[in-house]
Amino acid sequence: MGRYVIRRLLQMIPVFFGTTLLIFLMVNVMGDPIAGLCGDRQCDPATAAQLRTEFGLDKPVWQQYLTYMGNVFTGDFGTAFNGQKVTELMGTAFPITIRLTIVAIVFEIVIGISLGVVTGLRRGRPVDTGVLILTLVVISVPTFVTGLLLQLLLGVEWGVIKPSVSSEAPVDELIVPGLVLASVSLAYVTRLTRTSIAENARADYVRTAVAKGLPRRRVVVRHLLRNSLIPVVTFIGTDVGALMGGAIVTERIFNIHGVGYQLYQGILRQNSQTVVGFVTVLVLVFLAANLIVDLLYAVLDPRIRYA
Amino acid sequence: MPEQQPWDETTGSGAISGAGAGGAMDLAMDEGVTLEKTPGGPEGTGPAGKPRSLWSDAWRDLRRNPVFIISALVILFLVIISIWPSLIADQDPLNCDLAKAQEGSQPGHPFGFDGQGCDVYTRTVYGARTSVAVGVLSTLGVSLLGGVLGGLAGFFGGAWDAVLSRITDVFFGIPVVLGGLVFLSVVTSSTVWPVIGFIVLLGWPQIARIARGSVITAKQNDYVQAARALGASNSRMMLRHITPNAIAPVIVVATIALGTYISLEATLSFLGVGLKPPAVSWGIDISAASQYIRNAPHMLLWPAGALAVTVLAFIMLGDAVRDALDPKLR
Repeated sequence: MGRYVIRRLLQMIPVFFGTTLLIFLMVNVMGDPIAGLCGDRQCDPATAAQLRTEFGLDKPVWQQYLTYMGNVFTGDFGTAFNGQKVTELMGTAFPITIRLTIVAIVFEIVIGISLGVVTGLRRGRPVDTGVLILTLVVISVPTFVTGLLLQLLLGVEWGVIKPSVSSEAPVDELIVPGLVLASVSLAYVTRLTRTSIAENARADYVRTAVAKGLPRRRVVVRHLLRNSLIPVVTFIGTDVGALMGGAIVTERIFNIHGVGYQLYQGILRQNSQTVVGFVTVLVLVFLAANLIVDLLYAVLDPRIRYA
Repeated sequence: MPEQQPWDETTGSGAISGAGAGGAMDLAMDEGVTLEKTPGGPEGTGPAGKPRSLWSDAWRDLRRNPVFIISALVILFLVIISIWPSLIADQDPLNCDLAKAQEGSQPGHPFGFDGQGCDVYTRTVYGARTSVAVGVLSTLGVSLLGGVLGGLAGFFGGAWDAVLSRITDVFFGIPVVLGGLVFLSVVTSSTVWPVIGFIVLLGWPQIARIARGSVITAKQNDYVQAARALGASNSRMMLRHITPNAIAPVIVVATIALGTYISLEATLSFLGVGLKPPAVSWGIDISAASQYIRNAPHMLLWPAGALAVTVLAFIMLGDAVRDALDPKLR
């Protein structure tokens, strides 16, 4: 187990540097950050040159990348061009997005798995067909359309929720945005659980459990569900990173000041420090989630042993 | 028959990078598909007593599947109107009259007018061209690049395979929408090419993974070993024996991905970095309509409905093709 974790951690290193380098290069392609700083006016050449030296932008890209990464490992994510520390921005943005992501994951787990179990046990019946068609529709309607429609109906027409979330973003205001963020993944979780349950329902151990007279509820929850959840856990785990990165659209629609909002502002203002910093943290979250998922396998399925 | 399933390894680390491109693979995988050659049982024997191929078998299934017929008809219609939009819309999508802004339905203008006084019906019809072009061209690019690179990695293995797998991991770590914002925010062109280029750049690793797994499975088959023993060259083995047997999963995933690419283009255009006006795109129209959502919801509903139907048609087509190509589900 210990050796497996070490091997996985070593494998993560090239992926981490590759991804951050790629984003670093993309942000550099994005344009001259100094030009963005001067707004629509032409920059004064002397000021621009001084700023370039100050931010180290006159050095070659690879040198900038190495300096940046060196700073990141000491906890210094640099300063946004408005003088605010990037870590400060993260301190306000990440708790909000984490709350939003947790709401979304809870929706995925509760609704997605329940629907998946119900349909998986009734494969081919009307309930099953209905839910399957519904999941296809949910997958087909892009998140921004779902978000706009729910905002229009629940927020504007019926007044059930506030159309935009306040800057503190308490959990109760994040319920509808969380559902919107979760919608597509929710449909995948339902389909995945359904397939997995339907496949395992024919397994020997289920037949044994039924034959020895266990109540149906216990068979489904303890025997069938536990074994069927492995692919679902994989999906939800890798989805954590994707949800946090994909929250840009949801956060924009409901005016939530989380990671997506900061990134969007950073990109609009060509604020490369903010963009690279936030993306680096997102990549780390994504890699950590993948690792935890792989380790969770052993807990869920005792047959899997790590050499 | 080798036990290894072609898409198995993707379950472990198949990342879904945000809305769009990443999702397709999971939709294709969620039935735990193994695409194997149908054994020539009594059902697989044609009238001439000759065993039918996987493809003719699949085609026979598809023709009877109502889901396939409906989605294929919808797609056919979309393709026709994207080539000749003037068949059903005789106005110019860029000919707008501000005096009519936000007005509802009138004779000759069934869907009403948008915020700039453009005819919503005409713009919705012309928007199909953009979406179909982005979807089809991106899918072609992604499949060619991903299929060739992934296939070669699967066939040759070794160092090239290891490098490719790490590159794939790197690309999977980048959220798609985020990458799009960064990459496309500099582009000022209003054509579809930057968006297609971006989708190909971030989409190919997904297909490469599937092609790789699929080729590894096909490579172990007896007839490939036999061909090798008979002294067939690498290129002959790849083209004659492996490609026809390894291409099915790629086709399935590519069809479903086509729908998600259309959705991704609309999302990027909605965020203001995909296509830029004067290009006509459903994403642009939905984004513009979201400001008038209270007074003129018709501006939002028509392009959004058209977008949803288009994406749904491609995803259902992919679903039907997957069911037909997977003998296990029968």
